[in-house]
Amino acid sequence: MITTMTHVSLHVLNQDSALDFYTNKLGFKVLKDVPMGDGNRWITVSPPDQPGFEIILSPVTGSMYSPETTKALRELVQKGTFGAGIFTCYDIFATYEELKAKGVEFTKAPKKEFYGTEAIFKDDSGNWFSLAQLL
Amino acid sequence: MTEQYPKIYFYRRLVQAKLFIDTHYADNIVLDNIADEAYFSKFHFIREFKNIYRKTPHQYLIFVRIEKAMDLLKAGVAVSDVCYAVGFESLSSFSRLFKRTAGITPSAYLAQQQKIKAQMVESPLDFVPGCFAEKNGWLKK
Repeated sequence: MITTMTHVSLHVLNQDSALDFYTNKLGFKVLKDVPMGDGNRWITVSPPDQPGFEIILSPVTGSMYSPETTKALRELVQKGTFGAGIFTCYDIFATYEELKAKGVEFTKAPKKEFYGTEAIFKDDSGNWFSLAQLL
Repeated sequence: MTEQYPKIYFYRRLVQAKLFIDTHYADNIVLDNIADEAYFSKFHFIREFKNIYRKTPHQYLIFVRIEKAMDLLKAGVAVSDVCYAVGFESLSSFSRLFKRTAGITPSAYLAQQQKIKAQMVESPLDFVPGCFAEKNGWLKK
């Protein structure tokens, strides 16, 4: 039986920019930054309190996909098609204010839901995430 | 998008205090001054900060300094340079607090991280799950 999830792959448009966003804006830790040759890098980051969970910053480039797929996928990511996950925090109002102060774009301010309080933000590529303080 | 939620200015003041520590961790920060700037009494400030961040402002300052120290040691900076660069005034207190957090001394951490970096350069595929290495075309022929 499946027990845990250790890695998830996130499509990003620019790895350097994504690394800056996830570390300097969201405060995530870099777990791996491995040079793979020809300018490729294997980069994973994790939320500070969840070091066993690696988010792979996977650039949408021609090395994995055909040129047509690359172009289509980049456009879909950029226009905010993909909801990529839910992050939780101790205090959503403080986290919301901090991320806004750092320039993170929110598409939904904190709002009470039946399961807690939730806001929605986008990363630098266009992937959107829920930010939640659960009950 | 509405910005109306309870105690918005209260949160902004606390966040500003937290961001001040994030930015000025290497300076000789006097927490009384941060409390003053955030328009809180010292004890009220400490209590509310801890409610939100699960650490007192002083604990948080030490936490940030150790985190930054880890980053610098990973980058290969010498232990004594790291100590002063992140705001500690003595190597002994730096080493003690670092070991309490990381479980090893700063010099051991520096050596460990440099070894890992060298391994990443020498054998990068040891750090990438095979399925992703294959999809990216990184597997050795």
